[in-house]
Formats: sequence, structure tokens, C-alpha cells
Amino acid sequence: MGMIRVHDLSHRYGRLQVLDALGLEIERGRCTAILGPNGAGKTTLVKCILGLVRPDSGRITIDGERVGDDPEYRRRIGYMPQIARYPENLTAREIIQMIRDLRGNPDDTDESLIHDLRVEGELDKPFRTLSGGNRQKVSAVLAFLFRPGILFLDEPTAGLDPVTSSVLKDRVKQERDAGRTIVLTSHVMSEVEELADTVVYLLDGRIHFEESVAELIGTSGEMNLERAIARRITARVVA
Amino acid sequence: MNTLKIARYQLRDVMRSRWVLLYGIFFLLMTDALFRFGGSGERVLLSLMNVVLIAIPLVAIVLGTMYLYGSREFTELLLTQPVRRRSLFLGLFAGLALPMSVAFVLGTGLPFWAHGGLAGGTGSSLLLLLGTGVGLTLIFASLAFLIALSTEDRIRGLGISLGVWVFFTVVFNGLVMLAIYMLADYPMEKPVLALSLLNPVDLGRILLLLSFDISALMGFTGAVFRRFFGSGLGQGVAIAAMAAWVVIPFALGLRSFHRKNF
Amino acid sequence: MSRERPRRARTFAAMTVVGIALLLLALAPRPEGTALELPGSEAAASARATAATQAPTGHDTATPHQSHEGHAPATPSRPETFTGTEHVVGRGERLERISDALEVAEAGDRIRVRGGHYREGPLTIDRSIELIGEGWPVLDGEGEHSILTVTANDVRIQGFILRDSGFSHIRDHAAITVEESRGCRIEHNRLENNFFGIYLARAHDCLVRHNDIRSSATREATSGNGIHLWDVDRVQVEDNHITGHRDGIYLEFAQGAVIRSNRSEGNLRYGLHFMFSNESFYVNNVFARNGAGVAVMYSRDVIMSRNQFLDNWGTSAYGLLVKDVQDSLIEENLFRGNTVAIHSEGSDRLTFRLNRLERNGWAVKILANSQDNYFTANNFIDNTFDVITNSRQNPNTFDANYWSQYRGYDLEGDGTGDLAHRPVRLFSFIVETKPVALILLRSFFVDILEVAERVLPILTPETLTDENPLMIEVPGGEPWA
Repeated sequence: MGMIRVHDLSHRYGRLQVLDALGLEIERGRCTAILGPNGAGKTTLVKCILGLVRPDSGRITIDGERVGDDPEYRRRIGYMPQIARYPENLTAREIIQMIRDLRGNPDDTDESLIHDLRVEGELDKPFRTLSGGNRQKVSAVLAFLFRPGILFLDEPTAGLDPVTSSVLKDRVKQERDAGRTIVLTSHVMSEVEELADTVVYLLDGRIHFEESVAELIGTSGEMNLERAIARRITARVVA
Repeated sequence: MNTLKIARYQLRDVMRSRWVLLYGIFFLLMTDALFRFGGSGERVLLSLMNVVLIAIPLVAIVLGTMYLYGSREFTELLLTQPVRRRSLFLGLFAGLALPMSVAFVLGTGLPFWAHGGLAGGTGSSLLLLLGTGVGLTLIFASLAFLIALSTEDRIRGLGISLGVWVFFTVVFNGLVMLAIYMLADYPMEKPVLALSLLNPVDLGRILLLLSFDISALMGFTGAVFRRFFGSGLGQGVAIAAMAAWVVIPFALGLRSFHRKNF
Repeated sequence: MSRERPRRARTFAAMTVVGIALLLLALAPRPEGTALELPGSEAAASARATAATQAPTGHDTATPHQSHEGHAPATPSRPETFTGTEHVVGRGERLERISDALEVAEAGDRIRVRGGHYREGPLTIDRSIELIGEGWPVLDGEGEHSILTVTANDVRIQGFILRDSGFSHIRDHAAITVEESRGCRIEHNRLENNFFGIYLARAHDCLVRHNDIRSSATREATSGNGIHLWDVDRVQVEDNHITGHRDGIYLEFAQGAVIRSNRSEGNLRYGLHFMFSNESFYVNNVFARNGAGVAVMYSRDVIMSRNQFLDNWGTSAYGLLVKDVQDSLIEENLFRGNTVAIHSEGSDRLTFRLNRLERNGWAVKILANSQDNYFTANNFIDNTFDVITNSRQNPNTFDANYWSQYRGYDLEGDGTGDLAHRPVRLFSFIVETKPVALILLRSFFVDILEVAERVLPILTPETLTDENPLMIEVPGGEPWA
């Protein structure tokens, strides 16, 4: 459960080649961080895997199943978007209920995050009254709710207070240890260092490098991941 | 199944924003007022005809465009769930077209029922009016979806919507008039009939006219129109054209939605 | 996308919708008030006076007439003071043939014809007798010839079924022909499937009433008129029902005619065709679903009152055509569901008042060669076009009518609108020149053109206005019923 393969994936927005024949394998049971500068194609890659973006060419399989018109594979995916946008007039409870409904009202949902993130009090307010942080928390609840095999977390802690942030990170670790596949994008390198097993670095729609976190830090001789990556990139450029 | 669930939630969202209620009340008050000041059911129908032909396309296309832009978040959220794009599109469409149609039908029909305006031959004319109104709602909601899907810029999208509305309600007829004057030497009855099939507002107007303004249409030219739309073939063509106007923009919208990158 | 843009979009949309609503409000007709003298009113008033003095004279004009529902002629009553000889014709009687009775009868006698089927060829009545049918004897023209011809004065024909007079291109075969005589009475007969029905030529002071005249003509060229009156003075035509002929009632050179309470419907051409017939009066008739309607031409001093002109639909159909008619009064008539209710051409000094014009395509089509006509106290209700003319000049007067299309107001509270009403619409001009443009009827585009025309009239006559449009319908029940 949780093996993602991307073959030869290309996509362009107008004249901008966002993904350029990208190939990638994401292993199950690990946490993979997808990094890169703005516009490198991180979000587009994730959206392609989720089916939000229809790539111009290439192929994506999840556990050997081709990602296409059949939306069933998304049953195994939890997604926490970078910017949480919801119908403004609905409440969080209604959204949660609606998605449960759409997934056929499974019994074994995991609602522990509602309590852990302390959003009980916000569930019955319309979204338009919720702060950015609270919207983010609802996103997290939704992402973990159906115990998905694969989790996509797009900048999960951006805008969260330190306490919530650490609660969420603990939860991510817990899930990883439970054997779930986690795909993470983040600008916070300490977070990546703390959570990720592997780093995939995108540049101009291609994979610039792909290495395990331990290896990156080890071979660079730097103190932390941020500096190790910086060194790694500049080294390439110089060479 | 999912279509229905989505439509239900969308409906709740729409009802909460109250514009559908206002829309229904608008028709209710207008029809009621027409009965109080105008009198007979037939006269009310004639006055309503203009409102239906102008207001419904306008509201459907403007609100439809805004609605789809406003549903962007909802759409993106649901697309990450195990939901087919087709179901989602149908649900979104139903969430708009259904309350609008129901608001129109109730807003117009209830005063008729309350004032006893269904006596005489007005029953079938009212049905035709309601049918035309619902048809125009579907058509212009489809066009709105098509516009909103093909333009990311909301201001631009609304501009296009208004442009399309002005085209179908005003410009098109101006062009027909121009053609009639410029090609005055040719028999224009049939070309003009064919042209009217290309505009759903005209199509609705002519079908309604034939059920109301019989005397004026009995002149020679009117007789040609009447013979066409009054015959089985003509009515078949008119209904088929109306149906095509419902189906084609909807199908194009669905295709566009299917291919869209969010 | 920032949260600012959707808000902007919403504001933009809201402003547009409000703008368009304002535009729609602006489209409501707003007649401009301009002062206008009433050039035709004096002449029309004199026409009314003239018309009023032409109160009809004749046998029993004062007698109120019943509605003529059900046209089966009632049993005729005979004059009490009968002094002549009675001859009875019928099977088993001394006289078995009508022609034999006509031989022996003398002026002042009466011939009573028993029920039966009589095929006797053309019959001529050349002396003043009464020919009375009893039990509906049938006189059969066998599709060959005319049936009864009257050449004597004071002949009465009553109680017959006259059937199948022959068709001819040369002769006007009729069921009953009256020539060059006076004082005939043709009453309570049933005429079926004849070429001409009742044909009066140079017959004066006659009475034609309670006849039921039916045919089933399909072509104008091979059909004749139901009641044909040519060069007759003071004829009275009452309570007849005519259907299926070419013209229901045809009058030419008929002076002082009274046409009353007839029902003429479903005829091929005109319900009533009226030419060179001065000082005539027609009242309480119903003209419905005739090919073209009613035509009144080349006549003066005519009164048309309390008639109903109904459902005359067709390419060139109208309720009433007045062509070269002078000094006449048209009042309290009902015009409903006609392609054109009143078409006036070359007619002067007519007064149209208290008429109800309802749901017609064009209520009044008045050509500019019609002058000094006066329209007042009429109800114009739900017509597609109220008034159309072919000129920017307006030599006629419209004053104090009710117009359902009037959108003005009455702040003064005097019962008439404060702004003048312009009943002529631009679109009617367009349709007049380019009939195909009718397909744009009631379109938003045309509404916009109308507004532009109101602001800056370039086609419609500026002086064709009703300065005192009534705020409510002219009351008066249904005098025609």
C-alpha cells in the first residue's frame, strides 16, 4: 500500500513548462519531502497525482493502478492543501459530514485530531468567520479523518501556532511509523529534517536531486538540512 | 448518487445566501402585482413574457458565472475526494438550476393559482411560459458555466456573461433587422425563421407569441410563421432547437470541466 | 487569487444588475406632453349630428328585437283582415302543383302549400299574392334554375325550404328573386345550398326577415351572396342568419336600408358588403369569421351601431373596412380578435365613439387620405398595435379614449392622464414597410427602438396624440349583446 510511480510526466501552463518529463518513485511507508524554489512544479506534481491537474503527457500509478478517470484511488488519499478554501456559507461540521457522506459513511474514522487540535468550538461556525489557522486545522482533520494510506501535506504548518504545529508534527510521525506513505512540501527545513526520510528537490520541472535526509546531512558535513541542501545546490551550480 | 449528495449540499449553500429566495420573491411580487393592476390571466402572461425573456437569461448567466467562481473552493475540495468529475459537474449544475427553476415556477405559478388565473385557455399558455423560463434558465446557466470554466479572471468572466446576454437579447435582433433591410429584395420569411432557431431567447419569444398574439400574426408574414411553428414539423424543429440549446452548452461545459486543471 | 477580487467581481455584478434594472424602468413608455388643437372635432361633431338625425324609418323600427338565437322560423301569424280567396296546394288536394295555383290565383289571394317536395322548374309570381308554406314544403331548384321569381308588388313568401338553385356564370340564379316591384315580405324561410339566396333588384320597401340562409361555398368565383340587394330603397333586413355564401349581405345602391340583428358568419368574402348605399343604418348585427370582414364603401350618412365584428382573421382580413365613406357614425360596436379591426381609407368626417376594440392585431389602420375623423370614448384594449397610419401628418383627431397601453398617471385626479398618449408605435411602421420584421414583435431590441423614437420621433406622426387619455375604461356594459 502506498507506492507512487511517476513516469515521464510533462505539463505546461501556456508557455511555462511546469513539469518536464519528470520521473519519480515514492516508496511506501516513508515520508518524502518534495522541495524546490517557487515555480519549480511541486504543487503541480501533487495536483497531478491527486487528479486536480490533467497532465499533458506521462503516467502516474498508485500501487500499480493507473491514475485516470476512475476516482476510486482517492479513497486511499488524504490531502491537506496549502491554502484551505471552503464554501463560505457551510460549517466545518457540514463539510466533514458531507465528505463522510460522499465516502459512504465509513465507521472507522479517526476524529482524534478534532480534540488534539482543539477545533471543537469552531465546528459549527460558517467558514467565512474562521481564521486562517482554524481553517488549516479543519484541513488537517479532514486529511487524517479516513485513515488514508497516503497523505499529501502541502505546507502543513504554515500559519499554525507552535503548539498546534507540534501536535500536528507528532501526528505525522505517528502515521509514518504506522507505515503510511507521506508526501510533504514545506519551506521550513527544520520541519522537513524532523519529519522526512527522503528529499526530492525539483528545479524547472525536473528532479534536481533525490536523496535521503541522513545521507544529505552526512555527506555535506553541514549542521542541518537547510545548509546541506544549500551547499548541495550551489555545488551543482558551480560544477 | 454522489450527484444528488453534492446537489443537496450545494443547495443548502445557495439557500443560505438568500438570492434564490429574492429571485422567487421577485417573481411572486411581480406576478401578484400584475394580477392586482392588470387583471386577466392572459394579460398577466403577456407582461410576464417580457420579464421572462429578459430577466431570466440575465440572472441565470450573471449569477451562474458568479456561482461557479464562488464554488471554486468547493470544487477543489471535492476533486480530492473519490468523486467523479461528471457527478461533481452535475451536482454543481443542479445546485444552481434547480433552485432557480423552482423559485421561478413557484414565484410565477402560485399567484396564478391564488388569483384563479388558470381559467380559460391560459393554463396551457402558462405551462408554455414556465417551460420556456425553465429552458432559458438551463441554457443560460450552462452558458455561464462554460464562460466561468474558460476564464480564470472573474471580472472578465462577468464581462463576457453580460456580453453574451446583450448579444442574445438585443444585438442579435438588431442584426436580424439589419438583414431584413439590407436583403429587402429577397423573400426573407424562411431565412428569418432559420435565424430565430439560432437564438434561444427568440425561440422562446416566438413560441410564446404564437400562443398569445394570434391576431397580429395572421397577416401574410405572420401566417408563414404561424404555419411553420403551428405545424407538427415546425413544432418539432422548435422543440429540437430548444433542446439542442439546452444540451450543447451543457455538454461543452461538461467537457471543459472534465479537462480543466484546478 | 486574492480575496479582494471576488468581492470586486460581486460588486461589479451587482452594479450591472442594478444598472440594467434602471434601464428596464426607463423603457416604460413615457409619453411626452405637447399642446395640440383639435382640428377634426368640430367637423366630427357635425357628422354626429347629421348621423343622429338619420334615425331610421320603416315598418317597425321602434319594436325591440329579441336575440336571434336558434334560427328555426317560428310559426308565422297571419294578418287578421284577410279578404281574398285561399288556394291549397298539396298531394291529394285539388291543386297538386304550385304553378297551377299561381295560374288561378288573383291579386289579393293566398296560396297555402302543404308539406311535400315540389320540383316544378322556375316559378314566377306576377300578381300580388301570399305564398305560404305549411309544414315546410320543399321547393327544389334541382341545381338547375332559379326557384321563385317575384315581379308583382306586395308579394309575401313564407314558410318554405328553398334548396339547390342552379349555378350559372351568366345568370344570377337565386332561391328567391324579386324584380322591379314594391312591398315584398320574405319571412321565415330556410334556404339551403343555393347559388344566390334572396336577390332583390329594383325592389323597394321590402322586408326580409327571420330567414335561415346556408350554403357551403368553397370558391368565391362559383358562389353567390346570401342576401343580395341591388338598387333598392328602404329595405329592411332583420334577424336573418347567413352562412357559407360569398358575401353574407350585399347592398349596392340601397338607399335608406335598415340592417338589423342579423348574424352573418363564415362567409367566403364579406359578412356585409355595402356600396353606394346612403342614409342606411345597421345595428345589432354579428359579423364573425368571414373571409375579409365587413366592407362599407362609397356611401355617406351611414350609422353603424352595436354590431359585433369578431374573429376575422386572415391575410387581409379586417373587422370593418370603410372606404370613401363620409359623414357617418360608428358607435358602440365591439371589435374583437380581428387582424385589423377598423381600416379607414379615403373616408372623411366619421365619428367613432364608444366602441370597444379588444385583442386585435391592429385596432385602427387609418390612411392619411382619411380626414377629419373623430375618435372619442373608445376602449382600446390589449391590441398588438392600437393605431397605425401611413404618414407623419395627422388630419384626424383622437381625444379622450381609453388605451390599455397608456402608462401615464393622473396626479390632477380629473380622470384623464396628465401626459398625452401616442398610440402609434415605431414598430408598426417598420412592420408596415417590412412585414417580415413582425418576427421581432415584443423583442427587447424593438422596445429599445421605441424608447429612442419617443425621445426623438423621426417616423411616427408627432401630432397623432390623445391629449386626454382616460385612466379607466369607458363604462357601458355590452350594448351590442
